[in-house]
Amino acid sequence: MTTDLTGPGAHRATGAGTALTPGPGTRPGPASGRRRPPVLAVIAVLIALFSLVPLGYVIAMTVATGWDAAVALIFRARVGELLLNTILLMFFSIPLCLALGVGGAWLVERTSLRGNRFWALALAAPLAIPAFVNSYGWVSAVPSLAGLSAGVLISVLSYFPLVYIPAAATLSRLDPSLEESAASLGLGPWQVFRRVVLPQLRLAMTGGALLVGLHLLAEYGAFAMIRFDTFTTAIMVQYQSTFNGAAGNMLASVLVVLCLLLLVAEVRSRGTARYARVGSGGQAAPGRMPLGGLHVPAQLALLLLVVLAVGVPMWFVLRWVVLGGSEIWVPEEIIPALLQTLLYGVAGAAATTLVAFPMAFLAVRRPSWFTRSLELSNYITSSMPGIVVGLAFVTVSIRFLPAFYQTAVVLVAAYVLLFLPRALVSLRSGLAQAPRELEEAAQALGVRPFGAFVRVTLRLTAPAAAGGAALVFLAIVNELTATLLLAPNGTTTLATEFWAKSSEIDYAGAAPYALLMVVLSAPMTYLLFQQSKKAAGQ
Amino acid sequence: MTSRPHTSIGVAIAAAGALALTACGSGSSADGGSSAGTGSITVYNAQHESLTKEWVDAFTKQTGIEVTVRNGDDTEMSNQIMQEGAASPADVFLTENSPAMTQVENAGLFADVDQATLAQVPAGFRPSTGKWTGIAARSTVLVYDKRTIQENQLPASMLDLARPEWKGRWAASPSGADFQAIVSALLELKGEAVTNDWLTAMKTNAKAYKGNSTAMKAVNSGEVETALIYHYYYYGDQAKTGENSANVGTHYFRNQDPGAFVSVSGGGVLKSSKNAAAAQSFLKFVTGKAGQEVLQKGTSFEYAVGSDVPSNPALVPLKDLQAPTVDPAQLNSATVTDLMTKAGLL
Repeated sequence: MTTDLTGPGAHRATGAGTALTPGPGTRPGPASGRRRPPVLAVIAVLIALFSLVPLGYVIAMTVATGWDAAVALIFRARVGELLLNTILLMFFSIPLCLALGVGGAWLVERTSLRGNRFWALALAAPLAIPAFVNSYGWVSAVPSLAGLSAGVLISVLSYFPLVYIPAAATLSRLDPSLEESAASLGLGPWQVFRRVVLPQLRLAMTGGALLVGLHLLAEYGAFAMIRFDTFTTAIMVQYQSTFNGAAGNMLASVLVVLCLLLLVAEVRSRGTARYARVGSGGQAAPGRMPLGGLHVPAQLALLLLVVLAVGVPMWFVLRWVVLGGSEIWVPEEIIPALLQTLLYGVAGAAATTLVAFPMAFLAVRRPSWFTRSLELSNYITSSMPGIVVGLAFVTVSIRFLPAFYQTAVVLVAAYVLLFLPRALVSLRSGLAQAPRELEEAAQALGVRPFGAFVRVTLRLTAPAAAGGAALVFLAIVNELTATLLLAPNGTTTLATEFWAKSSEIDYAGAAPYALLMVVLSAPMTYLLFQQSKKAAGQ
Repeated sequence: MTSRPHTSIGVAIAAAGALALTACGSGSSADGGSSAGTGSITVYNAQHESLTKEWVDAFTKQTGIEVTVRNGDDTEMSNQIMQEGAASPADVFLTENSPAMTQVENAGLFADVDQATLAQVPAGFRPSTGKWTGIAARSTVLVYDKRTIQENQLPASMLDLARPEWKGRWAASPSGADFQAIVSALLELKGEAVTNDWLTAMKTNAKAYKGNSTAMKAVNSGEVETALIYHYYYYGDQAKTGENSANVGTHYFRNQDPGAFVSVSGGGVLKSSKNAAAAQSFLKFVTGKAGQEVLQKGTSFEYAVGSDVPSNPALVPLKDLQAPTVDPAQLNSATVTDLMTKAGLL
């Protein structure tokens, strides 16, 4: 699975601009405005139904397995081991990610740290290295790396930016007057941080923690490489032995329950406190705390973190590239994988953006219980791991849609489901900035309704759509599990080729694919970093 | 920001979308695989990708028939074929081990293999039904760390690995079809009770790795003393750089022990094939002289089984391995997966 900053909760974590959408759109407007939504609503409902396929699959398979068989397959020692592994992994990784993410964000945004602009970006950089490439680098460095401690190491180094980015975005825009008031009322710096700053980071932290948790549940390659068994790796093993057998399906149902529990836990821990500046005038820039004697240790700690998270994997990728020499660059293998990756990335990004549009449009222009329930279905689906979506789609297409079985359509549809939130979050904020009044003004000036929609609303939304599409593209480039299950015959991607080679411990042969994935991911990571700053600035 | 870049991004996205959809459409029709009479076949390949690639490249060069390969694992693909049924896109199925072939055969999905092809393969390497044929063979082996253990300290039988003194001292890749084939031979030779006990002991005794090569690498680096794998991982690495096998020795159990099991890799033509002639000719090529010489001279180090082509001279000859007699048609993969799931190995 890939690093995904825009899963459920991410729009909250990065500042929640879209929730505060201005109201004009909710009033019934001119006829043109009223005609569009019913069609869109039908489309949106269809999409929502389609997005529930994975959940429906898991439920249907559990029912089909039968009560006794399901109980026997779920309540067994192996599932207990996997559960323990998973809980321990989360127990250690999530707090560490929170500590590193918030700590790093605080150093970069709120202290006198020298080179803070460099560090701001460097701490986001691990997102450009897919977790399974990170694992590959670390296994090259320490071949005996295995088990829980290795799982925690790789997870924390790969996923702490999921907390860091929203935390940094929030910290950079906190109203300093709150902290000043607290200080003037007699609180020391540490108490100010604990009682004033941390509570305001709550949304960023719960949202970030949820994303880290979902990634831990969904990741396959990184953990398979270090012999750490989770539900996802165990489902994959069952898949390789039985295709979509009952034992694998039951593991999938437990995994889905874990994902849903995480969603609930996140909603519960979000809290109800609200922080908003009321009144006129802009807010001052947040102050920076002098680091004094702690400056050198802080620089060293950040350096160590970046070396471990980026330096080690990149060093070993490049080392294998050099050791492998020219013979690892096999054009007849690399070029098709690269082209197909790009093609699926572009097709998936375009399809996801298209599908997200009606939902985003309804959410912004016609917010109601109806659109909220559509969003809920999408929210649930976006927590489903790639392995579950893959199993569901392969089974549904083989049984009910043979014409689409093993076609690119099914794989692109899976990408749409997996990465819809990325496009949605961007599109909603884009649409929120294109108020209907502008469209109406264009109509008043004589442009036909459709023309006004295209020339005003679509055009104003285009940059946000492009941003969302880029993030979907990034996710598809690094997607492994659903791609392994659903790719049409003869199709290879950078991720599947990397996986095929590294599974046969041909680490040198895998290196070009790792390098290409990082090269494709780097600009998208930069974009994501920039976007988080903007979202928080709203 | 001005609106100019917005426009160009919008245009770019629209263009990319259009391009993608066209490409997507054409991709799906090409990959959907209506190969009727067009001189192309689809192979479901559970053999090593590199070996099948060598076969495919040589076959296409000789016949002009295009081959599309889908890679997977033995029983993943056999179960997939059974679910696809008559609609399966596969024309040919190649495996590393025979249990998956038996599964597809029992589901009644294989066509008869051409007599000319069967004639190229000795009866010991194919089922009497003629529904599929052996294409290569591999032997079980216990690899060990030469630095820490001597061959005379190694167990005489694979069954001894279940004893307490071997706790934590051996590795395997239980998720792999290779290992599951070894278990299927044990099941066939010793019955369900012995197999069940052995697997239960294995859960405590063995370290699980993903893939035979990874298990051998662990032996080489001293992480674990021994590993139960197939022979050709060792020879393949020796022929390359030896970096993952320099400290590794090989121990064949011999004496008709379950651990001396020689596994037959199979190939068959699907009844539902839309290009049966081409599919049959592919299988004939693989078992023919040119196909078997790929095994003899290539980098796979699997045993050759057909057309009287000798195996790679670096290998211990097949006849010296004293393998137990196992009818490949009797090997049962579904029971093996169930037993291993029950033992908590899967």
